[in-house]
Amino acid sequence: MAERRAPSPASGPPRSSDGASTAPLLSVGELRTYFYTDSGVARAVDGVTFEIGARETIGLVGESGCGKSVTALSLLRLIRPPGRIEPGSRILFEGRDLTTVDEKAMRAVRGARIAMVFQEPMTALNPVFTVGDQIAEVVRVHGAGSRREAWGRAVQMLETVGIPSPAQRARDYPHQLSGGMRQRVVIAMALVMNPALVIADEPTTALDVTIQAQILELLRDLQHRFGTSILLITHDLGVVAETVSRVIVMYGGEIVEHASVDELFARAHHPYTEGLLSAMPQVGQQRERLATIPGTVPPPTAWPSGCRFHDRCPYAWDRCVTEHPPLYQLGGGHTSRCHLADEPARRAEVHEPAVAVLGGAGGTPGGSRAGEQDNVSERKAIS
Amino acid sequence: MLSGEQTLAGRFGTHHTVRVAGALIVLLCVVAVLAPVIAPYSPAAQLDIVALKNTPPSRAHPFGTDWFSRDVLSRVIFGARVSLSVAGLSALLSTTVGTAYGLAAGYAGGRVEQMMMHLLDALLSIPRVLLLVAVLALWQPVPLPGLVLVLGLTGWYGVSRIVRAEVRNASSREYVLAARALGASNVRVVLRHLLPNVAGPIIVATTLGVANVIVLEAGLSFLGVGAREPNASWGTIFFTGGSSPTDTWWVALFPGVAIVVTVLAFNVLGDALRDILDPRQLHSIGSRSSD
Repeated sequence: MAERRAPSPASGPPRSSDGASTAPLLSVGELRTYFYTDSGVARAVDGVTFEIGARETIGLVGESGCGKSVTALSLLRLIRPPGRIEPGSRILFEGRDLTTVDEKAMRAVRGARIAMVFQEPMTALNPVFTVGDQIAEVVRVHGAGSRREAWGRAVQMLETVGIPSPAQRARDYPHQLSGGMRQRVVIAMALVMNPALVIADEPTTALDVTIQAQILELLRDLQHRFGTSILLITHDLGVVAETVSRVIVMYGGEIVEHASVDELFARAHHPYTEGLLSAMPQVGQQRERLATIPGTVPPPTAWPSGCRFHDRCPYAWDRCVTEHPPLYQLGGGHTSRCHLADEPARRAEVHEPAVAVLGGAGGTPGGSRAGEQDNVSERKAIS
Repeated sequence: MLSGEQTLAGRFGTHHTVRVAGALIVLLCVVAVLAPVIAPYSPAAQLDIVALKNTPPSRAHPFGTDWFSRDVLSRVIFGARVSLSVAGLSALLSTTVGTAYGLAAGYAGGRVEQMMMHLLDALLSIPRVLLLVAVLALWQPVPLPGLVLVLGLTGWYGVSRIVRAEVRNASSREYVLAARALGASNVRVVLRHLLPNVAGPIIVATTLGVANVIVLEAGLSFLGVGAREPNASWGTIFFTGGSSPTDTWWVALFPGVAIVVTVLAFNVLGDALRDILDPRQLHSIGSRSSD
């Protein structure tokens, strides 16, 4: 039980400098989202605690299967059976606990107070409706205007997200627009009701690099204009570096490191974060292959004992196998779920991670393949 | 600028089989609606029971006359009303029930879906014709709305399977999740976001369903439990002539031809619609005109 107490609200994350006086916009406490599958209980999100302040942008980083998207969907309570948000989880937003409000109140939050931008703009748009219709639909769903007013808002929103001749484009179907344009439409849908929080789930992953930069620029610009908070989910630390103020690193359904973006890039503590950073390509670096973290994310039905990263970690010792690390406070709001905080001298003892020794590139023994299947079934359960 | 509808309309236009089959079906419907205007005689009028009994086709009676000296042409024209309306309405009923069931099962998912599909399997294991004969034998004489009801309520299983499969496919698309994430209720997600995306297969299934019901209804009429006088369908007329096909071939031939041509037209139309409305092909058109 001791490990659960570590991330107490009092020792919470660093606040953005200006918003120190006000309560956070969103406060997530001990969020657990489990999927009860045939192959066991998948603990996709397992005790996640964090806050987002008003007008703040924070990044949620990790490999596929770490629980980032499930966290996002849990905030909107879009988890469908066999998945469910476990009792004891808290999602405090604008003075209410979203885990307890009824479905009708939740629908009023979705799209109006918390909106979501999806990864793949082609599939996130309905192929049989014009983009104007789809933006207007959000207004209509929330009863915020007549058909004509909703259409007017849609056209206005298309202009806001930088689509040229918006009145004509509003009559286009999604397939008639380019990928970047579509993502702008998806962003327009998310922002049309002027929500307090936008969850952007890998908003640039499906786009090519030049368009990525434009979309990130657009998000930043809109945030300044509308004062929206953004939870940016990504596996790209490059995106994080130029966009967010704080970073949460997730692994195995848990937060493993939480720091301001400067702190994280300067003094990453958790070996998993180190691995992610060293896997980033760097300009001017002459290497044949990019560095990788050996192994794959284990299936959420069978997280390893102790530290969930121990089998892939180059520093792991016997304590990591038996004792689940708490979130250690490193000062300045920097937290890390790694026993190295307790025994820093161990950082000198680098060795081959267990997966590399045991199973070569295949990951945890018999784990890699099962993990993939599990992720697939998990996605199905969500959608 | 090429819009989606224009493209779809273009494909309808270039498909010759669709044009022919569609035109034929429209023509049949016009004939059925305008039957009192077009038909030379009343379908029930016994013109001259002595002189005009079982006369072969002639200038005055192009399809001949039957045992009761009724004009077969007039009877076939009026029969179109019965055959087409019974088939059309019961196919529509099947589609409505089947679509609702399939949408509900596919969107609910999980245990609810499993139970609904098991129930469907159980219903599918009852032979339709035997069920119909049993029900209709107990409900005699069956009024036409009754016939529509019974045919419609035994024909929706296939539709609901198709719809359920399509819904499962469509609801794994992100836009369904996106619609929910933007605050749409379940009913709204199903009716506004899912239904339009599964409309193609539903239209095809309905078209083929009409053909199926015309044949089925004809068969039931042969067994004496289908449409009855004075609402004679093609099936009813066919089998009044079927008792002596060598002597009075015209009584059976013309309604028979009407059945075959109509069923063929609906089947051809259904198959062509299947090609035209295939979502994958629509998608390929989409990506060609984009970017």
